[in-house]
Amino acid sequence: MAQIIHRSTNLLKTVSAMRTHPPASTTPITVETSLPFTGHNIEPPSRSVETTPQELLSFFRDMVLMRRMEIAADSLYKAKLIRGFCHLYDGQEAVAVGMEAAITKKDCIITAYRDHCIFLGRGGTLMDAFAELMGRKDGCSKGKGGSMHFYKKESGFYGGHGIVGAQVPLGCGLAFAQKYSKDENVTFSMYGDGAANQGQLFEALNMAALWDLPAIFVCENNHYGMGTAEWRAAKSPAYYKRGDYVPGLKVDGMDAFAVKQACKFAKEHALKNGPIVSRTLHVRPWSTYRTRDEISGVRQERDPIERIRKLILSHDLATEKELKDTEKEMRKEVDEVTAKAKESPLPDPSELFTNVYVKGFGVEAFGADRKELRAVLP
Amino acid sequence: MAAMLQSVRVSSASFHLPDPSKVPVSSVCALPVIRSGEAQVWIRFMKLGGLERSLPKRLRHRLKILPQQLQSQAVVWLLLEILSEMPHELLLFEALREGLEEEMDRDPRVCVMGEDVGHYGGSYKVTKGLAEKFGDLRVLDTPIAENSFTGMAVGAAMTGLRPIVEGMNMGFLLLAFNQISDNCGMLHYTSGGQFTIPTVIRGPGGVGRQLGAEHSQRLESYFQSIPGIQMVACSTPYNAKGLMKAAIRSENPVVLFEHVLLYNLKERIPDEEYVLSLEEAEMVRPGEHVTILTYSRMRYHVMQAAKTLVNKGYDPEVIDIRSLKPFDLYTIGNSVKKTHRVLIVEECMRTGGIGASLTAAINENFHDYLDAPIVCLSSQDVPTPYAGTLEEWTVVQPAQIVAAVEQLCQ
Repeated sequence: MAQIIHRSTNLLKTVSAMRTHPPASTTPITVETSLPFTGHNIEPPSRSVETTPQELLSFFRDMVLMRRMEIAADSLYKAKLIRGFCHLYDGQEAVAVGMEAAITKKDCIITAYRDHCIFLGRGGTLMDAFAELMGRKDGCSKGKGGSMHFYKKESGFYGGHGIVGAQVPLGCGLAFAQKYSKDENVTFSMYGDGAANQGQLFEALNMAALWDLPAIFVCENNHYGMGTAEWRAAKSPAYYKRGDYVPGLKVDGMDAFAVKQACKFAKEHALKNGPIVSRTLHVRPWSTYRTRDEISGVRQERDPIERIRKLILSHDLATEKELKDTEKEMRKEVDEVTAKAKESPLPDPSELFTNVYVKGFGVEAFGADRKELRAVLP
Repeated sequence: MAAMLQSVRVSSASFHLPDPSKVPVSSVCALPVIRSGEAQVWIRFMKLGGLERSLPKRLRHRLKILPQQLQSQAVVWLLLEILSEMPHELLLFEALREGLEEEMDRDPRVCVMGEDVGHYGGSYKVTKGLAEKFGDLRVLDTPIAENSFTGMAVGAAMTGLRPIVEGMNMGFLLLAFNQISDNCGMLHYTSGGQFTIPTVIRGPGGVGRQLGAEHSQRLESYFQSIPGIQMVACSTPYNAKGLMKAAIRSENPVVLFEHVLLYNLKERIPDEEYVLSLEEAEMVRPGEHVTILTYSRMRYHVMQAAKTLVNKGYDPEVIDIRSLKPFDLYTIGNSVKKTHRVLIVEECMRTGGIGASLTAAINENFHDYLDAPIVCLSSQDVPTPYAGTLEEWTVVQPAQIVAAVEQLCQ
């Protein structure tokens, strides 16, 4: 906040001095979500969300950072510095940011392969992310995971999974462990609308409901499963109702405050009553399988960053120029880190054999012949 | 008193404890009828004689809290349980249970999940009594959803729990192949070492008594290429308990292969605690003429053939490889260097089986020491038929082993 003010020009300083003093950073502001929530077997939460100027500005900052990171990743991918798969999250930042605002680092998040921004939200650094994307040894998984395998154990981020839907039973397991150790935390198992047609999802729902696990199943619906449109793949697109006996909530995923409210509500529900399904609706505009008109329409109407920008400006928390400066600052940061990551070293060849096995009880990883050690275990 | 106990103990040796809630006391055969009054007297004698010191912890505890007014049936069952526990001869499934129970007592993070493991007591009784002792959450009855509960075990392991997944039959774990291969095996690597997955996946496999094709599968060949997991196969009560404990204590995911027909094998095992090494092979019978490598049920076919071979003048060295991934090439290599002839007898399929990998490994490393090509006897590459005679010919029989050794030693 202070930084933004210092960056203003003299003229603006005068202007802002003439204006009424902006609200202090912790004064509560009430914001209405863009759309009401729809509940399935449950009373949905109210549309009014409490927030503070500090939070609004930090939302803006974080979302701009995530957006810039994804755009940079896109250009790196086109420049063939990132190979293989690179699934981008630009347009969906509201979910990452809104979710983080409602929970603590002790709660667990597990997601599929669109994990870059969730990783950032959980405390991952830009350097970790870019180095991993480019396969360098400073990456969060030592360059051995790639775009689809970001993890951060300390902050409860469990990845980062390539096979569609396989992470949902894992999320169930995380919730089971939380119930086992009775530590009053919840797990958010995120998956896409494509994965919502997987059998293991229903198996996981059944088990979570059976044992009252503190699991929240979040379906991020961007109306496309891999490359196929939703109407070609799903008979019932009401994913929040698919839990049947498990209550569901339909949330506008392009509105960070709707997501924050939903996550807070879901966390309380999961700790008291067991699992809940929440379906966040997005449209991801920057994809190859959409028409140009679709893309430009969405950019105007539903961009989550635009929404926060409008909120900030309407509450007089910062000027247009200050926000643009923040964007420039984030862009510069991303460019710096990208350049640094490009220079960082590739992993050592011996890393091929590390972390296959753990040196645990009486275990060493030998090659075929026990006399010769093929891997030096950590 | 000792004589009294001895006489009862002799008959209890061939006696399996049936479910107390279902069977009335008098129908327990091969035992003199024990009246509750007598049972109480015997128990008091035992306490006086200090015999409770040699009992396992749980029975000692029950002995201590046994009130005098307890229902007659309970007293008798307690006595029978005590008697069948001393001096520590047991069946393979009991050995597995003992190992499991000891580890669950030792570490509160160890939990079991699988179909029918809790209230039913386990389809092969390996987890019998554990749900009553440890509670429903630690011995979890899952719905029939292998993919998901294996995934759940992996997720729980990522946070630090040590789950044991029981596949009711190994063949059902094919439904969980994605979870075992991608998540169980590879998460330690793809997370750059952040997560360890200390799961144990166990269950009975192998060809049983006319169970049909889908229930007679050997999954060792399918799982062997998964990087990051370890595989062991137990064959005796002694190594079953030791390998179970080692697998639970290991930080790596371990797949423990049991065999449907070996659960009722009886053996005397040590009273004191022991844990075996997961990567070591077992020397069953030292010899000079030929090295026979085997594992699981085929060990018994080989030993049967060995009797015939010894009568014919051969001296086979029999090694139970136990560790299917990684192979204990150290023990195997030393044996090859001694005998220069290798015969592999396995229950796996011929194509892409454990024998195939072992043949390649031995050829690669010990080629110079071999006097003859390695012979590998495996099951036929067919779905296991239901008809008894056909099923018999699917797996390797002792006569075939004898013939192969004679051929090899010419």
